[in-house]
Amino acid sequence: MSTTGKVTGIVSNLVTVAVDGPVAENELCYITLGGSRLLAEVIKVNGDKASVQVFESTRGLKNGDNVEFLGKMLEVTLGPGLLSGIYDGLQNNLTTMEGVFLKRGEYTEPLDHAATWDFTPIANPGDKVVAADWLGEVKEGWLPHKIMVPFSFQGEYTVKEVAPAGNYTIDKTIAVLTDADGEDVPVTMTQKWPVKVAVKGYREKPRPSKIMETGVRVIDTFNPIAEGGTGFIPGPFGCGKTVLQHAIAKQGDADVIVMAACGERANEVVEIFTEFPELIDPHTGRHLMERTTIICNTSNMPVAAREASVYTAMTICEYYRAMGLKCLLLADSTSRWAQALREMSNRMEELPGQDAFPVDLSAIISNFYARAGMVILNNGQSGAVTFIGTVSPAGGNLKEPVTESTKKAARCFYALEQNRADQKRYPAVNPIDSYSKYLEYPEIQEFLNETVQKGWTEKVLKAKNIVRRGREMADQINILGDDGVPMSYHEAFWKSELVDFAFLQQDAFDAIDALCPMERQKYMLDCILDICDRKFEFESFEECRTYFKDLINTLRQMNYTEFESPKFHDYEQQLKKQLS
Amino acid sequence: MATKAFQRTYTQLQAITKATVTLNAKGVSNDELATVGGKLAQVVKTKGDLVTLQVFSGTEGVPTNAEVSFHGAPPTLRVSDQLSGRFFNAYGHPIDGGPEVEGEEREVGGPSVNPYKRRQPSQLIPTGIAGIDLNNTLVSGQKIPFFADPDQPYNQVMADVALRADVDKIILGGMGLSNDDYLFFRHSFEAAGALDKIISFVNTTEEPPVERLLIPDMALAAAEYFAADKNEKVLVLLTDMTLYADALSIVSNRMDQIPSKDSMPGSLYSDLAKIYEKAVQLPSGGSITIIAVTTLNDGDITHAIPDNTGYITEGQLFLRADPDTGKVIVDPFRSLSRLKQLVQGKQTREDHSQVMNAGVRLYADAQNAKTKLENGFDLSDYDLRCLEYAKEYAIRLLSIDVNITVEQMLDTAWEIFAKYFSPAETGIKQALVDKYWKK
Repeated sequence: MSTTGKVTGIVSNLVTVAVDGPVAENELCYITLGGSRLLAEVIKVNGDKASVQVFESTRGLKNGDNVEFLGKMLEVTLGPGLLSGIYDGLQNNLTTMEGVFLKRGEYTEPLDHAATWDFTPIANPGDKVVAADWLGEVKEGWLPHKIMVPFSFQGEYTVKEVAPAGNYTIDKTIAVLTDADGEDVPVTMTQKWPVKVAVKGYREKPRPSKIMETGVRVIDTFNPIAEGGTGFIPGPFGCGKTVLQHAIAKQGDADVIVMAACGERANEVVEIFTEFPELIDPHTGRHLMERTTIICNTSNMPVAAREASVYTAMTICEYYRAMGLKCLLLADSTSRWAQALREMSNRMEELPGQDAFPVDLSAIISNFYARAGMVILNNGQSGAVTFIGTVSPAGGNLKEPVTESTKKAARCFYALEQNRADQKRYPAVNPIDSYSKYLEYPEIQEFLNETVQKGWTEKVLKAKNIVRRGREMADQINILGDDGVPMSYHEAFWKSELVDFAFLQQDAFDAIDALCPMERQKYMLDCILDICDRKFEFESFEECRTYFKDLINTLRQMNYTEFESPKFHDYEQQLKKQLS
Repeated sequence: MATKAFQRTYTQLQAITKATVTLNAKGVSNDELATVGGKLAQVVKTKGDLVTLQVFSGTEGVPTNAEVSFHGAPPTLRVSDQLSGRFFNAYGHPIDGGPEVEGEEREVGGPSVNPYKRRQPSQLIPTGIAGIDLNNTLVSGQKIPFFADPDQPYNQVMADVALRADVDKIILGGMGLSNDDYLFFRHSFEAAGALDKIISFVNTTEEPPVERLLIPDMALAAAEYFAADKNEKVLVLLTDMTLYADALSIVSNRMDQIPSKDSMPGSLYSDLAKIYEKAVQLPSGGSITIIAVTTLNDGDITHAIPDNTGYITEGQLFLRADPDTGKVIVDPFRSLSRLKQLVQGKQTREDHSQVMNAGVRLYADAQNAKTKLENGFDLSDYDLRCLEYAKEYAIRLLSIDVNITVEQMLDTAWEIFAKYFSPAETGIKQALVDKYWKK
């Protein structure tokens, strides 16, 4: 018989339950309130008192209300039909809920049990298989969705039978496996997995060796993120965190994109599911929504489910990775998740760490980031989960626990800067403070040499140096005045402005400029570095300023024009004339 | 508050703080209301039989043998068309001398809208103020605060915006409103002849601070009634949210919670988000737009209250006095409307977004020139032109006393650009320059 209990204390969404049997950490339970059941998770046990965080509002809950423990942790349901889904943090399907307002205690099925999928077998009877090995395949839209040996299966199994090609629902047994003891186990197209446990079932996790293109110049060229890499975007509000993340979601070169809207604005989610179905994926020519799954726990939805939402999103990515696909997980924002942890820790009256955050915050964050990565599957194919999280530092100050903990865990750092945003220099990624550790990986440098151009990394470093020098010159000019510095200072400053305006800045709302493929980035960088290599003779700093402003204007017009179009070549000619 | 048939009554308080009382009671449900010695209170914590209540009007004069009776339900508001034109206190009782409102009793602070059922905001809310319409266009279903120092005329600007906006209902939630400001709102609504579409929930500075915690929930419950049930466009004004957050910190402090940044409760973000996220565009056509005021301490937006607000709201409008022109302007650098691109160039002219960006960029150049001037350096010809431009831009477009259409704003901007700059200096797309540049 399962453990039951009674409510003995309530502070907001932290409820204390007196239990009559064994309970596990992170075990789920239902609290009965009137006619509905509220899902909750055990977060602390002390004697016969379990503290549970409730994933719903606790309004109206009374001491003495009944609690029933489920004997399992929070799980996600995995199977065909996850793509283009819109779920809450607990993987309830938001599209099938009735009414405009969310009803407490209403839980919906994540997957459609009536839909049929066109199944093709991959494994054959007699094959030896382990967890995550492929048994068959269905077409989920355009994507080959592998039906795998459930991740929870331990040890080796022998395939006894596999269903023939045909149309089946997700609940149909598509294979029977025999375990080491000769026991037969049926396998359907769906399986469950506890979200807080990382999905294994791959051979190895090598260092990332490829770049994931995003079409954003300041990322791809200046601070590239690797396929299977990790990055984070901290920035004060109003600096364009969300715009940048949406740009990555729209243009990122990945097969599957999972967006976790964690404690953020509901209208941002609305923007995604209003616009994405209309937009076309530049890599496949299909609708963006076909490759996107949204997990949303917006800021007004129950706080406890915020934590669950990022884990749910990660588990879905790991599931698709095991099919040999490239996944991109975007979480906005991990600070809200940390704040949810803080609220709970506070209510449990734990001794606080810095800024009242729980002391194990840093460990929780790095564990989570560690779930991303490129993997080699058992069958030799590869898959990847690339993770980019945003951080919303309190007061825009990067010296706060969430930013600092994340900096230790993530390999790319895209620092959004208030000052740049104030000047409308978007994306407001600080070109000097931001970094990508991947640019230092020999594998990545080799990859860039081959796919972009020999010596590309050196070029990028050179461009960075021009920007850095320009900053120093700007400081000097500000201190000593326009007339107080040699002309070469002005020239160096304006060369850095050229890189900034014509390359780093990018208009995310312009149809053409928003997406800049690597080939075009290479062209532009070459073009700009060529200008920067030239020596100029100016009579006055006024002349220098006007000259460079004109160049910038031409280059920007080029950015707004379709690549290699006649108009583009016109501007190219104009630029040549200006330079001669 | 209607008296219920089954009331459990207790007369033995275990503990009293300035904002809370604690007593032994059974069968109490979370969030339910109670009366403590005649004062309204709400359950905030239960631990075994020990129940902690937050007393809205403060515990002054509450004795340990005060009579405590539980109502069995959370705070409610009676909703119907009769709300229109009325003034209420934080409990939803009339303060204008009129009769109690009849209608359906609804819980305040109810559930949120399913994000999937929301629609993308798409209707422009014109205000006539160029600092808003041109640079920070408002959209129905948006939530946006004014960030302002206490000496700025934010309440006046808000009243102007409300009365010019094309909406069906205006709901004022006044928290810690000074009596003068309360009367100001009342008079400007009356003078505009718009009283019948206005509903006010007011807690003035003369009333206890903890009562303020009910104001946003009351105002938004009324707003949801008109937006969801009646499919109306509702504009909610909340002033001043800083005082609301202060009241939150009082209660959390009395409950011995560990404070986070700036002695605010750790749940400040969620508490504020619950209010602001009520802003919505509903599929049926109704909408709730929230314009709030967050007063700042000497322009400091890194304080926990404006900081958390900024992360929740869809932008912020920053008012400041411009010493060069003597006007109060909408600061173009720190103000932002995140939804502006949903209407700019779609409901307004195609050149809107480029004109906006060019205008602000040139204004930034003027600020650089000003810094140079202050540091005693010679100014270039371009710097001088920028400075002249900045003055005209501030007076004709940024100032809050402007009241023109968006089209006029765009034409004004092109006119000023042409007066001081060459097309290349504005960096605007050539196609637009060809079409709109004033020769």
